[in-house]
Amino acid sequence: MIPILEVRNVTKRYPTVNAVDGVSFSVPEGICFGLLGPNGAGKTTTIEIMEGILTPTSGEVLYRGEPVGARFRQEAGILFQKTALQDFLTVRQTLALFRDLYDRGLDVDEVIELCALQKLASRDNRKLSGGQQQRLLLALALVNDPAILFLDEPTTGLDPQARRNFWELIQAIKARKKSIILTTHYMDEAELLCDDIAIMDGGHIIARGGPRQLLQAHFEEVLIELPRQEFPDAARQLPLKIIDSSDRVEIATQDVESTLRTLLDAQVPLKNLRIRPPNLEDLFLDLTGKELRP
Amino acid sequence: MMRRLFAVWYARNLEFLRDRGTMIFTLLLPISLVVGMGFVFGGPARPIFKVGVIATQIDTRSHPFLQERYIDFVPIASAAEGIPKIGHQSIDLLVDLEGSPRYWVNTDAPKGYIVEKLLLAAAPGAQRQQVTGAAVRYVDWLFPGILGMNLMFSCLFGVGYVVLRYRKSGFLKRLRATPLTAFEFLTAQVLSRLCLIVLVTTILYVGIGTVIHFHSAGNVLLLLLLVLVGALSLISLGLIVAAGISSEELVGGLLNLLTWPMMLVSGIWFSLEGSPPWVRWVAHIFPLTHLLEAARAVMLDGAGLAQIAPNLIYLAVTAVVFLFIGAWAFRWRVE
Repeated sequence: MIPILEVRNVTKRYPTVNAVDGVSFSVPEGICFGLLGPNGAGKTTTIEIMEGILTPTSGEVLYRGEPVGARFRQEAGILFQKTALQDFLTVRQTLALFRDLYDRGLDVDEVIELCALQKLASRDNRKLSGGQQQRLLLALALVNDPAILFLDEPTTGLDPQARRNFWELIQAIKARKKSIILTTHYMDEAELLCDDIAIMDGGHIIARGGPRQLLQAHFEEVLIELPRQEFPDAARQLPLKIIDSSDRVEIATQDVESTLRTLLDAQVPLKNLRIRPPNLEDLFLDLTGKELRP
Repeated sequence: MMRRLFAVWYARNLEFLRDRGTMIFTLLLPISLVVGMGFVFGGPARPIFKVGVIATQIDTRSHPFLQERYIDFVPIASAAEGIPKIGHQSIDLLVDLEGSPRYWVNTDAPKGYIVEKLLLAAAPGAQRQQVTGAAVRYVDWLFPGILGMNLMFSCLFGVGYVVLRYRKSGFLKRLRATPLTAFEFLTAQVLSRLCLIVLVTTILYVGIGTVIHFHSAGNVLLLLLLVLVGALSLISLGLIVAAGISSEELVGGLLNLLTWPMMLVSGIWFSLEGSPPWVRWVAHIFPLTHLLEAARAVMLDGAGLAQIAPNLIYLAVTAVVFLFIGAWAFRWRVE
């Protein structure tokens, strides 16, 4: 089956930096594909090349096996990281404007309902909160009933409630069998939404696969977490793989029982102990070695 | 294509009409012009006619004509001083009532014709001296200039800054991600501004025209055509400026660089007749010069399509060339 989108050896060079350096991957139809990476990894450059907004220095992007062109513009829905809209238009008028730019698509009322904008339909689009604004931008991306949806860091800057709200919308869209390309630096978001992930850093893809598959491939261990102040300095001499994080000490191990025995023998207090499997954030930090800056 | 074009055109119109600040400003200038013109050239309870009398002082008992009502008699030192005033119609008649009465009348002036009858009733044997030549009031001559200036600013700044604002805010980038083409987008912007300009210019034409009692000598539909083609040329010029630049300062500077020479040499305030040939040559590069030349020919001299065809062609050709360059240089996003 022809992938809905294929990126072939794409490079984007700027005078001082190679933003994207020979990236290739393909996205099968009907999945949510996540492009992860720290700020400046080349995610936005890559997604904008895929959207046909930026021209790559070399390489090509194919939509259903053809170079990105008129058909792609009709069938793609895009939510940019930053978008300003035309001033003085209401939510409904903004949607009507964009609806008219496409040959076919959803009814404006249908999109309004889909993105829970009913109560905001006649409000000036500049008078929306962050979460409401993002729902409107999502609605604009959906107005042509796209086959493929691009979301570039859609929940950055939203409060936790607005983020969850937004995730529910994305899951509803996923249920409609749309293909989604998502960039994010929130690992919980990627874990929740993505079926397939590529982690980027320095313009390269450094890992690729399904979230579970990636974790299995990179980690055979689980993590034992203890509060830092309850972890005696003497215990640092123990033969354990100890990882320090801000307020916790993490011990990576494949054999939980023997590690716990070692800790008990060393009289380390275990009252606040927590055992968890590694998550994408661990993988991400492990691979990029950089702190996340949301 | 038409639907996309219409959608962008409609949204731009809505945006403009709801932007109270800009809206008020757009109307404030014309309104202040109308009020100013009314103040200077209008006003009630004025004598109907103005007659110059060659005398140092006017004694109304010296001649029965000087007792006529609704005539403002002004003393004028000599015939040489008074005759040009007849020419410009700043006075309707010039009389010399010393000895055998003589008078000068402008044969092109309707008021002169009437006041002449009054004089002949009071002084039947008065000797007629004919004055011909420019029968144009300065205000009538200035009127097309004011309309043209307003149109020029609206065209250049209206389109240039709007496109720049859209680009800087990222709205153009968002439109880029839709099937909308640069040609459709630009055409919608041009048409939206064109509609606005025709509306404002019509309001001004009727408003100021009423206040200063202006009646076009030529065809008003021809004027409309002229406004459309001239505005198209100037809007397209504005598009070139805003096509690829993302700096407000630079766009502002370039627009000023274009508007100021036009303010000075395109003949808004004074005629180019008598200025050196190179000045006239330079002036004729600017679309506004052609627009004003043709507008004056139609409004003041009643010129027809054939007479203003060279100006119209120049405006149409520059409109096409500028639009082409603007579309070619157009950038959706900040580079």
